[in-house]
Amino acid sequence: MLGDYSLGDLGAIFAMQGFAGLILFSVYVLMALGLAVIFGQMGVINMAHGEFMILGAYVTYLCSTFFQTHLPGLFGIYFFVAMILAFLASGALGMIVEWTLIRHLYKRPLDTLLATWGLSLILQQSYRTIFGAREVGVELPSWLIGSVQVTDTIEVPINGLFVMAITTLITVGVGLLMYRSRFGQQVRAVMQNRPMAGAVGIDTEKVDRYTFGLGCGIAGVAGSAFTMIGSTGPTSGQLYIVDTFLIVVFGGAASLLGTIASAFSISQTQSTLEFFLSGSTAKVLTLLAVVGILMVRPQGLFTLKVRR
Amino acid sequence: MNAAILSSPIIGESPDAKDFLLSVEALTVSFDGFKAVNDVSFYVDPNEIRVIIGPNGAGKTTVLDLICGRTKASAGSIKFKGQELTKISESAIVQAGVGRKFQTPSIYDDLTVFENLEISFPRGRTVWGALTFKRDAEVRDRIHEVATMIFLKDQLKERAEFLSHGQKQWLEIGMLLIQDPELLMLDEPVAGMSVGERIKTAELLNQIIVGRSVLVIEHDMKFVEDIAHRVTVLHQGKVLSEGSMERVKNDPKVIEVYLGH
Amino acid sequence: MTSPVQTLSKSLTVNDNPFMKPMEWVSLALLAAFILIVLPATLDAFRLNLVGKYLTYAFVALGLVMCWGYAGILSLGQGVFFGLGGYCMAMYLKLEASSVENTKIQSTPGIPDFMDWNQITELPLMWKPFQSLPLTLILVVAVPVFFAFVIGFAMFTRRVGGTYFAIITQAIAAILTILIVGQQGYTGGINGITDLRTLHGWDIRTDSAKFILYFLNGGLLIGCILAAQYVKKAKLGRILLAMRDKEDRVRFSGYSVAGFKVFAFCLAAGFAAIGGAMFTLQVGFMSPSFVGIVPSIEMVIYAAVGGRLSLFGAVWGTLLVNWAKTTFSESFPELWLFGLGALFIAVVLAFPNGLAGIYRSYVEPRLTRKVKALAPVGAPVPHGTPAE
Repeated sequence: MLGDYSLGDLGAIFAMQGFAGLILFSVYVLMALGLAVIFGQMGVINMAHGEFMILGAYVTYLCSTFFQTHLPGLFGIYFFVAMILAFLASGALGMIVEWTLIRHLYKRPLDTLLATWGLSLILQQSYRTIFGAREVGVELPSWLIGSVQVTDTIEVPINGLFVMAITTLITVGVGLLMYRSRFGQQVRAVMQNRPMAGAVGIDTEKVDRYTFGLGCGIAGVAGSAFTMIGSTGPTSGQLYIVDTFLIVVFGGAASLLGTIASAFSISQTQSTLEFFLSGSTAKVLTLLAVVGILMVRPQGLFTLKVRR
Repeated sequence: MNAAILSSPIIGESPDAKDFLLSVEALTVSFDGFKAVNDVSFYVDPNEIRVIIGPNGAGKTTVLDLICGRTKASAGSIKFKGQELTKISESAIVQAGVGRKFQTPSIYDDLTVFENLEISFPRGRTVWGALTFKRDAEVRDRIHEVATMIFLKDQLKERAEFLSHGQKQWLEIGMLLIQDPELLMLDEPVAGMSVGERIKTAELLNQIIVGRSVLVIEHDMKFVEDIAHRVTVLHQGKVLSEGSMERVKNDPKVIEVYLGH
Repeated sequence: MTSPVQTLSKSLTVNDNPFMKPMEWVSLALLAAFILIVLPATLDAFRLNLVGKYLTYAFVALGLVMCWGYAGILSLGQGVFFGLGGYCMAMYLKLEASSVENTKIQSTPGIPDFMDWNQITELPLMWKPFQSLPLTLILVVAVPVFFAFVIGFAMFTRRVGGTYFAIITQAIAAILTILIVGQQGYTGGINGITDLRTLHGWDIRTDSAKFILYFLNGGLLIGCILAAQYVKKAKLGRILLAMRDKEDRVRFSGYSVAGFKVFAFCLAAGFAAIGGAMFTLQVGFMSPSFVGIVPSIEMVIYAAVGGRLSLFGAVWGTLLVNWAKTTFSESFPELWLFGLGALFIAVVLAFPNGLAGIYRSYVEPRLTRKVKALAPVGAPVPHGTPAE
């Protein structure tokens, strides 16, 4: 299939598809970042993570309609407001969920899978009841539409660059928070030795709650980005949890850099393959490759070797 | 020793591997560059009781982990009856005759004492074997015999989770006993026990060490003195001293580590 | 008391590990009577077929009890095995329905209609074995079990378990669904394999055929329960329980833990496959909507509601959840998802042992007391069965 294209063409295709994959990459990174923080911290998989993302997407949609009708003059900046609100909404819901549900299940990770799946069903139905079953889309402010012409054959969409910039900011922010701040120090302390962290006066319950909230909040921001590549419906988030978890595992659960690298490789493989094959075949091949690699190397790409 | 190997007329297996039940040579393991066990060598004779002592973090438990295959060695060799253990799976190591007791009692809470012992009975260890396993007279008799030894004869039908801490330790020792290993490895067998339980455990250990080699990690010096034939002192992943308890106690390097600073 | 009683109790305690305890025989009899007598006697043909469909899910739940409840391996991809079994059956039935005579209007007669629509002119190689009924019956179980073996072997020998394993199985369910939907010419695509008519010349669409298939299904289910009971009662069952709690201890008692996990996973896959094949036979089609993530995880809730350690509970749980689903989604479709979601949470938070747990803590003690009051000499309750 590659034979029909010249080398220059192929380069352009890879670059174009690469940039087109920027938003998918950003969504993946943000989702995976949230999941990795939660999974790394508590060993818990939040199966409703996709629904937290969709909450962010709905918040963005609400913002866009609100600004359109009430503050058309400020429509250009609504996206910033939407992202902050998305973070707050998903984060707050996350903290409530942690308090009512997750904290009872820390010792039973498999049960947490089931309980959070139940939560995801409830959230989906709530979205359907509140926003209707129809998918909704947001309108982008004019400055986000269009693309930058890099060379004759390569164009880069502006919204992709924008989302990329935001993602970079958030990733760096999370990195700083986890590795440079006092909160991050506490999180890592709890992660490594929960009883000890508790004994030296860290409020582990509070750390758990905020970490979970943080992870969900980031998923909310991912939802904001998501509105640029797809329309938002009650079940749009459901299929993302598998991809996201594979990214986290593929990157090696404890590594921030690994998460980014694996999100990059997976989203780029998929979007490049999509140019040559049908979307579903591209997806199958990507997932199969990831699952295949994980079967050979279950610890992921980047891991620390520690004494068990 | 090299001279011995060279002059030995036997070709093939090295003679020291035959003489010793267990020979650990140049064993090293590193976790992310940190060498938890660094170039450790020691040899255990048949029927010898060897105690490993050393301060916390000396790598004692890691050595046991390495021998039973729980941790993979970075370098070095572990030979048991001439068989290299670093290359085979944990279950194969057990089947070769190495039994291991963990530091915290590791028993099956949901099963009865009888069933705990039954699972350790060395028969029907494959999937098919476990499907067709029959609880015959041989199994019952052996379980009753072991249960009597470990003071749990009357608790056979009790769920293991309801046993006291000491009883759990005994049960685990019993589970090893029923395997009838040639090398028994015990990680702090008397830790967390009451005085009465300690005395009973020492008595139990003295019974079960007959006819096999034992490798014990223990902190209780009184207990060590009572049972050890030889003592190996580990410090920061290396062998610091080795010999009789008497010799080790008077080794200035050991005194430095234990009393210095 | 007098000596006869003592000898009786002695002879009973010698067999301290009977195949089934008296109460378990009662449970089995109740379940068999309900499935094979009460339901056929009270339900019309349509409803009975519906129950028959539910009962095919019970095979999956039964497998999950062994694999998840006993061995502690949560598979979120059981739909894969249900689907593979169902598709194997459906491929045979489809080929029989696509005789040259039946498909003479096609541009290539003698191949399934959807292949013809997708410009395929020759029967693909993977369809060829399904021209034979004996081979199909073997493949119905062999294909899913082999698939489970490959996945299980790859994962368990590398010590992948817990949530990792659960999500990987879920990913496999997603992959298989996308594959089936995408490869329309080979699989029938999103519609699945439909318009199935006869099994070796026997029309499976008639009421009488459905009636017979219902009993076949019920009989197979009870057979599977007995098989699972055998595994549970064998030392293997106790090893699975032991492994779930203290994997290392089992390993250092000389067992290859991975082998036992692979066995449990394959067993669950085999049960699911039988269920899938019976589904195809009774319902008359198979489609990717029974393979994917959502149906797979729903099947877990059947086992959870019944009680993850109870074989009989798995069947009752399946029937109950599906009855509720049918009732609610007929009258209040929105409420059903809320209800199902709440069920997932409740069964984890409040009733981790499901119906069987409720039965054991509230109903059984009273029942046993009654039984004892009726027969004071009665059999002593044999000891030594942990947490079924």
